[in-house]
Amino acid sequence: MIAMEKKKKALSDIIIVGIGMTPVGEHWGKSIQELALDAITAARSDAAGLKPQALFVANMLAPYLSGQTQLAALLADFAGLRGIEAVTLEAAGASGGVALRQAYLALASGLIDTALVVGVEKVTDRSSAELEAALSTASDADHEAVHGITSTAQAAILMRRYIYENNMPADALAYFSINAHTNAATNPNAMYRRTIQIEDYTHASMVSEPVNMFDAAPIADGAAALFLVRDDGSPNMLPHPRVRIAASAAISTAVALHDRTDPLELFTSAESSKLTLQQAGLKHDDIDLFELHDQYSVYAALSLEAVGFAERGQGWRLALDGAISRGGRIPICTFGGSKARGDTGGATGVYQLAEATLQLQGRAGENQIANAKIAMVQCLGGAGATAATHILELVDGS
Amino acid sequence: MEASRHWRLKQERYTLMGEICPHCKEKIFPPRDFCPACGEDARNLFQFNGRGEVYSFTTVYQAPAGYEENAPYTIALVRLEEGPMLTAQLTDMGDETVEIGMPVEMVTRRLRSDGERGMLVYGYKFRPHLARAISA
Repeated sequence: MIAMEKKKKALSDIIIVGIGMTPVGEHWGKSIQELALDAITAARSDAAGLKPQALFVANMLAPYLSGQTQLAALLADFAGLRGIEAVTLEAAGASGGVALRQAYLALASGLIDTALVVGVEKVTDRSSAELEAALSTASDADHEAVHGITSTAQAAILMRRYIYENNMPADALAYFSINAHTNAATNPNAMYRRTIQIEDYTHASMVSEPVNMFDAAPIADGAAALFLVRDDGSPNMLPHPRVRIAASAAISTAVALHDRTDPLELFTSAESSKLTLQQAGLKHDDIDLFELHDQYSVYAALSLEAVGFAERGQGWRLALDGAISRGGRIPICTFGGSKARGDTGGATGVYQLAEATLQLQGRAGENQIANAKIAMVQCLGGAGATAATHILELVDGS
Repeated sequence: MEASRHWRLKQERYTLMGEICPHCKEKIFPPRDFCPACGEDARNLFQFNGRGEVYSFTTVYQAPAGYEENAPYTIALVRLEEGPMLTAQLTDMGDETVEIGMPVEMVTRRLRSDGERGMLVYGYKFRPHLARAISA
């Protein structure tokens, strides 16, 4: 452990120098490569036109919904980057985080100097039944999907058990959705910009009991990108401050929810976040905002518990008490999260990272968290079989 | 159609055959050759008795492609008596309401049909275990 820490101090900082995002929505007029290009163009422009040596693509559904593998090569070529190193990373909903991790490892190794991470998902060309089947491939095919499980059914099973095990007010989980919608109202890239009230939640129709319409994030098209470099000591020439990756970790566990020792304990979320806090030498109090996995409201509660911002079974209280709001002690989903900004499958993790970067750079507009210096960003694959966690830190004096 | 894939899985799907770890005695379902509890080799077959209880459940209305014919269906995490948990549809519910903790027993049912000319996939589902419920 000590030898590793010494080695870490000798590593140069890995810096996010540019970000780009498309709005999340039903982009009927755009193909997967056109969406990706929009985000890539924006990120490269934000990074003053730098060219990446390597492209790391985060995507889950292109092979299933678009009949396209080797997506990274396709996107590199389409983006005018023919000939560079390009690879696709897939870990279901954690693809974005693991793609950044691979870029981070490549840059930290010293063998790559500039990298572009792009997350993209195109879901609207296919029917909703096909999309449900595609999403179910993140579960255990032989032991979960074959029985007709869906990602919504998994969340419903967890939510029902969560309510059963904890003494909580009815509709306590509503406050995750209310917070998400409040934050999305001022995010021009968000899919849903209408704020909601508790009455909307209590009257919402069920999707898969007890998950109702406001417990479940919409999934739509979108792309987000990050431009990264290894710090070579030269001064920052960009108009915005730089953000460094202070820590990075990815963990996997049993894919099937039923194979977990305790399904309500998100082991991968807990382990990966613990590693990042150790790597960065930080405590929970140091974290100014937490972009977490909120594809379903119960995962937001469970993530807060797993990471240690709340005791076991108490995550819902942080939402009810307003601790998760922009003015609270641990703001989450600061641009609307998956619930209101919109979920983009394998690309969600990159949206989270781009949004956290904007927060630390002071470029979050009306969504700005005051004095944000350190952000924790975490995405989960499926029902938490994979977690990728990063801690981003504002580089002072940049 | 994946006939060979489903054929490989039929022993566990039709009979709930799993494994017992010779080192730590953990019961394992489905068979997987490495014990998830102690990490050692585990290939001794073990026959589960088919009884368990409902850990949690939900009813699926928006079914994935291939399952629309069955919808709505109730799907549950079932904790088997011997320890492991599995995912399965609940069936033969009749007028009963599903509850967490409800005793259930395994039956073999059709899981899916892959269209008119496709393969029929069979496997385990669980129904209320009335005898236990009455004596409880």
